[in-house]
Amino acid sequence: MSDIVIKVEELTKEYRLGTISHGTLKEDLQSWWARLRGKEDPNSLVSHPSSLPRRQGLNPHFLALDKVSFEIKRGEAVGIIGRNGAGKSTLLKILSEVTAPSGGTVKIRGRVASLLEVGTGFHPELTGRENIYLNGTILGMKRAEIQRKFDEIVAFAEIDQFIDTPVKRYSSGMYVRLAFAVAAHLDPEILIVDEVLSVGDASFQKKCLGKMEDVSKGEGRTVLFVSHNLTAIQNFCTTTMYLQGGKLVAVGKTATIVERYLGDCLSSTALVWEGNHEPNEYLTITRAKIVKARSESDEIYINEEFRIDITVEVVKQVADIAFEIFVKTLDGIVVFNSFTDCMNLGRGSSVASCHIPGNLLNNGHFTITVVISKNFSYWLVKIEDALAVDLLSCPEGTGWQGDCPGVVRPKLLWTV
Amino acid sequence: MNSSDENDDSQWTKVIRARSGWFDLRLGELWDYRDLIILLVRRDFVTIYKQTVLGPFWFMLQPLISTVIFTVIFGKIANIPTDGVPQPLFYMGGIVTWNYFAGCLNRTSDTFVANEGIFGKVYFPRLAVPLSAVIINLLNFAIQFVLFLAFLLFFLARGSNIHPNGWLLLTPLLLLQMGALGLGLGVLISSLTIKYRDLSFFVGFGIQLWMYATPIVYPMSQVPVKWQWIYLLNPVAAIVETFRYAYLGSGTIRFWQLGVSAGITVLLLGVGIVIFSRVQKTFMDTV
Repeated sequence: MSDIVIKVEELTKEYRLGTISHGTLKEDLQSWWARLRGKEDPNSLVSHPSSLPRRQGLNPHFLALDKVSFEIKRGEAVGIIGRNGAGKSTLLKILSEVTAPSGGTVKIRGRVASLLEVGTGFHPELTGRENIYLNGTILGMKRAEIQRKFDEIVAFAEIDQFIDTPVKRYSSGMYVRLAFAVAAHLDPEILIVDEVLSVGDASFQKKCLGKMEDVSKGEGRTVLFVSHNLTAIQNFCTTTMYLQGGKLVAVGKTATIVERYLGDCLSSTALVWEGNHEPNEYLTITRAKIVKARSESDEIYINEEFRIDITVEVVKQVADIAFEIFVKTLDGIVVFNSFTDCMNLGRGSSVASCHIPGNLLNNGHFTITVVISKNFSYWLVKIEDALAVDLLSCPEGTGWQGDCPGVVRPKLLWTV
Repeated sequence: MNSSDENDDSQWTKVIRARSGWFDLRLGELWDYRDLIILLVRRDFVTIYKQTVLGPFWFMLQPLISTVIFTVIFGKIANIPTDGVPQPLFYMGGIVTWNYFAGCLNRTSDTFVANEGIFGKVYFPRLAVPLSAVIINLLNFAIQFVLFLAFLLFFLARGSNIHPNGWLLLTPLLLLQMGALGLGLGVLISSLTIKYRDLSFFVGFGIQLWMYATPIVYPMSQVPVKWQWIYLLNPVAAIVETFRYAYLGSGTIRFWQLGVSAGITVLLLGVGIVIFSRVQKTFMDTV
């Protein structure tokens, strides 16, 4: 028997932006009627092969994965890294059969369990016990299997005294612990894990990673692991794949690949963002920009103030929204999250600016995620890592010029 | 390892391709996931009754009240005949069977939209969800059926003009057929609602209309003979009529009528499952 447990050949996933299905019967009938009479489809985005797309600059075909091929051997722990939108999640979705590819093949040997989310199918009214069984079977376990591992699961989740309480009364930490515990005790030959460890507290994350390590090293199972947490990838994965824009750009030893990825990230400071994001009915962010307080050069030093300008175009008056930013390190660790109060915005364009003082962040590379939330309850727009900035150590003559450990480097008052 | 090994699909547990045939149904997987079906049934059953005072009695209340209303409106005011059967019994027989069918159809028709969250995160045979919905409705039916039997015994004891007969033995088959019909049509609609959200608005209303095209508030004998062939294109009509004939001895039923109904059921179930299986592979990209 061969050692290869996953063989992916020329895997392609295409999403069609624009109108494939119109969503309402009326428009479909219109299109159908037009085609029947040999006329131009009134709802088609690309009306004739010869004519141009109606909206310029919008490519109706978007390749989330572009001819990706690789092989994974039994017992390997493989990390998948790449920026947002590189196709990591799409790849995992296809491997776990949530969606079908548009081209290419995937061949798998052995049972696959995928953990794209923690607690899929949990029902708030059911007790912890009932949810263990339900969630376990959804993930592909048999009842008898769950019965056998039940005590282990409960012990891992550390919730023994609440096992017969409905999970809606659980704290979010308990909920996550229980959910991960179920998934961790699946016994698949291949385990697929998406960024699920970002939830839960640090000690629990450590425990989860430990468990995953046992699964891969101790029990000889294959693990595929997507994470923004490069430290976790480095500790845990022997091999790493690096995806960029739907293409597999590098596969190899984790240390080498992570280094390359970091190199790519560092060279790509993005002081301005002017892209497209998922539409909503109220507003669009047209621009996000990092602006220096004193603009002699492009460099920003750690003792200098800078601000982040977010320009929005409001198409429909909207109430109770707040601007937010998340400042993250390259490892994906959130340094801080800052937001405005809830406000109402009328139609037209507005700019929100967040002032980040000097002497706060340490030197290094930071990404900034821009968010507009509504009612403080959900995200209307979220642009992950929209901006990236390199902060430099202080210029000459203004203090210690070397590196300091830590994520922040605040200037504090000292008395001697 | 040699390369011919690698190219042979039978060497692999699973091969995922862009397009697989229309008939790649993988129904066998459902059996592997039977525990999931049972737990889904349990989940819905438990969550319906948690924090309700009356619990299963709610399911008795609805046919009871409907029976009273139908008796007053269609029996007393509109004076629609009931083939000599006591009116409450006549209506309740219809309501109980109709509820089962309508329940199956209603609960399976939003499979994709209602389970978007789970379906987007984990793979399991999607049919497990509508199948469990049919089983839940069967349980609800059982509760309501007990009520119907109680009525039946009461009227039998009073010596009313009712004659339960050998057709009773068909009950399991009738239930199976109604379940299959509800399931087939339900998964078909749920596959279409992904594309046409409008349909979901129509389902509730459509089911109501459909009830009036089925002998629930009137006996089939009221339908003019020359229109009966078209009437029987409604596969539920024959089932309801057979059910009533079996328990109450009223009305007429012929084997060919049941045959037509069974044929339509098999067709709808087949088409429904084929389209459902086709849609489940890519529906996450459209919602």
